[in-house]
Amino acid sequence: MLGNLSWAAIPFNEPLPIISAAVVVIVILVVLGIITVKGWWPYLWREWITSVDHKHIGVMYVALGLIMLLRGYADAIMMRTQQAIAVGGAQGYLPPDHYNQIFSAHGTIMIFFVAMPLVIGLMNFVVPLQLGVRDVAFPVLNSVSFWLTASGALLVNVSLVIGNFARTGWMGYPPLSELAFSPDVGVDYYLWPLQISGIGTLLTGVNFVTTILKLRAPGMIYFRMPVFCWTALAANMLIIAAFPILTATFVMLLLDRYVGMHFFTNNAGGNQMMYVNLFWAWGHPEVYILILPAFGVFSEVVATFSGKGLFSYRSMVLATLGICILSFMVWLHHFFTMGAGADVNAFFGIMSAIIAVPTGVKIFNWLFTLFRGRIVFTTPILFAIGFMVTFVIGGMTGVLLAVPPVDFVLHNSTFLVAHFHNVIIGGVLFGMLAGYNYWFPKAFGFTLDERWGKASFWCWLVGFYLAFMPLYVLGLMGMTRRLQHIADPSWQPLLLVAELGAIVIFLAVLCQIVQLYVSIRTREVRRDLTGDPWNGRTLEWATSSPPPPYNFAVLPRVETIDAFWEMKRRGPTAVEPTYETIEMPRNSPLGFVIAFFAVIAGFSAIWHIWWLVFLGLLAIAVTVLAFGWSENREHELSANEMARMERARLGLGRPA
Amino acid sequence: MTIATIDAVPAERVRGRGGGGPAPTRIVVAYGFWIFILSDFVMFSGLFAAYAVLSGNTAGGPTGSDLFDLRRVFIETMCLLFSSYTCGLGALSAERQQRERFLVFAVFTFVLGAAFLFIEISEFAGMVSKGAGPSRSGFLSGFFTLVGMHGAHVTSGLVWLIYMVAQVIAKGLRPHVLRRLLCWSLFWHALDIIWIGVLTLVYLMGAR
Repeated sequence: MLGNLSWAAIPFNEPLPIISAAVVVIVILVVLGIITVKGWWPYLWREWITSVDHKHIGVMYVALGLIMLLRGYADAIMMRTQQAIAVGGAQGYLPPDHYNQIFSAHGTIMIFFVAMPLVIGLMNFVVPLQLGVRDVAFPVLNSVSFWLTASGALLVNVSLVIGNFARTGWMGYPPLSELAFSPDVGVDYYLWPLQISGIGTLLTGVNFVTTILKLRAPGMIYFRMPVFCWTALAANMLIIAAFPILTATFVMLLLDRYVGMHFFTNNAGGNQMMYVNLFWAWGHPEVYILILPAFGVFSEVVATFSGKGLFSYRSMVLATLGICILSFMVWLHHFFTMGAGADVNAFFGIMSAIIAVPTGVKIFNWLFTLFRGRIVFTTPILFAIGFMVTFVIGGMTGVLLAVPPVDFVLHNSTFLVAHFHNVIIGGVLFGMLAGYNYWFPKAFGFTLDERWGKASFWCWLVGFYLAFMPLYVLGLMGMTRRLQHIADPSWQPLLLVAELGAIVIFLAVLCQIVQLYVSIRTREVRRDLTGDPWNGRTLEWATSSPPPPYNFAVLPRVETIDAFWEMKRRGPTAVEPTYETIEMPRNSPLGFVIAFFAVIAGFSAIWHIWWLVFLGLLAIAVTVLAFGWSENREHELSANEMARMERARLGLGRPA
Repeated sequence: MTIATIDAVPAERVRGRGGGGPAPTRIVVAYGFWIFILSDFVMFSGLFAAYAVLSGNTAGGPTGSDLFDLRRVFIETMCLLFSSYTCGLGALSAERQQRERFLVFAVFTFVLGAAFLFIEISEFAGMVSKGAGPSRSGFLSGFFTLVGMHGAHVTSGLVWLIYMVAQVIAKGLRPHVLRRLLCWSLFWHALDIIWIGVLTLVYLMGAR
């Protein structure tokens, strides 16, 4: 009846996961209780859960990413502490089985449920506004994407309480991830959530490529699009070209595990290295799916706070598209040690080093934008400058690792761990935090507190260097990654420094939470009434903060790059525009309902409860078909209604 | 024309270079669905690659030339290709608002698609009964997954066709029904393209 599920799945004998899970469950219950007592459910259902407004979906993505960041961070500090104390005779406080689950969960969560939601969230919020349009191409599909991502995140976290997580690392390499060596549900808790959220991500890619290529304000030809839109376009094209490979790869591993096929097994003609190749054929473009939008954020931030247009817009765009193409030609550098031979390794080594060229172009573009600009030192620009210094270091260690003979020495060492944290924290995360601080006033109508924001930045920067520079040295000293116990006591001093760094990063996260709290408390004095708190250059600043549901009452006409800057230069037009009746998408519970059944189907598949899998999938099919039959998906917003809302928004009286 | 001079052109004159404002719904829907099909092709390319890698790994079991019957595959292929032809005729009738003609072609398409599926399933059943199931060897895992994934797509295409016929009967050939029909026919033709790949890589090259 319940497949493999029984009371034995709940680890009552391990206090650590049970206590942390209990805390999480209690917090969730308290939050749900408060919502119920205050009667917020109708509001939440109407404005958020069933909303198809790209701005609300974007905010929910970012919130999901920030919450999961706390979970991923908790894993990180547990690992750092274990490595700092489990030296020589000491065994530390985490048994190997638990430690292995933690490093697997840390990587999986940070990539799929922190970095991806943050990137997609910012794109959701910003891209339609920057393009000067009212929503994405497929608003309901957008809500489906979000809720599928959220169900993936939920399922991964369920593994804390019911069952366990993979011990394979976040890449899930076979043969370790095959049934023969991972017979319990751990790997299934890795595969199913990523399949579910992967479908959501793919649909996001389809949605945004269509939006950017087909829905832009009149006059916005490609070479007038803001750079963030270009990077979003590149990232979403990469999603379309890369994520299906991951889906296919996981389908094969699932078939191995569930049906006894032989794609990646040791016997009967399976080939493990095929998994590794396919995984990184997705995995390397994934790196650029994350970093390119961060580059886009930095481009916007640097131009805005330097008070001048981006230096060499065209080379920035070409560098972005160059990286987009090159990202598919370097996957083998993740496993030079496979032994493909000198010629193959040389090709991929050279291609990897070449990626540094367009990236270098970008760094110089930002530097020359700053040069002789009137720089306003706000939190976002601090993150941008911190990024430039940090990312160059990470990029250079990357070029070093791209040299195959060097890689043979450093493969799977903490030097590699330091390298990719260097580019992901110093690049992606700094970019997302810069974007969060930069666009927050647009989303909520008030600015974030600068003092706490800057404190958070400095803690992130210092904490990062303390936590990861020692890992470079340790890697050169011969320390491999994922060690549950440290045999060589001479490594301990540097591991203690890294632990200190992790604690400073904790302070950074704390500052961020305080920043949000303080800003909400003092929001009345920090209202953004102009809609343009930073003297911005692109169209998102042309609307009020927060923007009305329809974004733009009349679609703006674009005649240059930095369209809003040009509008401000020409001065306001005195005449009130003539409004037209428009169609707005209706709210839809489709995404939430599909995700609900996807969680049920995914959970049942993990535990082999086949009848429930069938019911879940059937329910999804019926929901989709029922939605496909419906017609009234839009409601009209009449010209009069629009005029009334606009006058109220702009504080104008009735026309004479 | 360089980009600098494009910058000076007013919005009215940049139509056709992406400057004409948001595209109409019909274009947006078809374009988005086409992009989705591209992503489906990428997914299949992963399975094709896996099959190509594993096709020699028979682990002492049967090879392609032991198992494939090219005559049957020829009939199968013809069923699918002709179903695409009738699908195209159906789409043309729908565009011209000829409801009865569309329904007739839809029935032809469905029958041909179902025949394809029947031949495929009987082939699979025959192989399994001979002990050449998907868990026999890496080669057969790759075969069943690649061909089976295409078959699953055909199945969902048939379900979608029934659903579209129901919509046409209940609602008539209205613009939003036509948009969905357009997506369905794009999907159905895309399955042909995949099948040509399967036919070549799996059957023609494997039967030697």
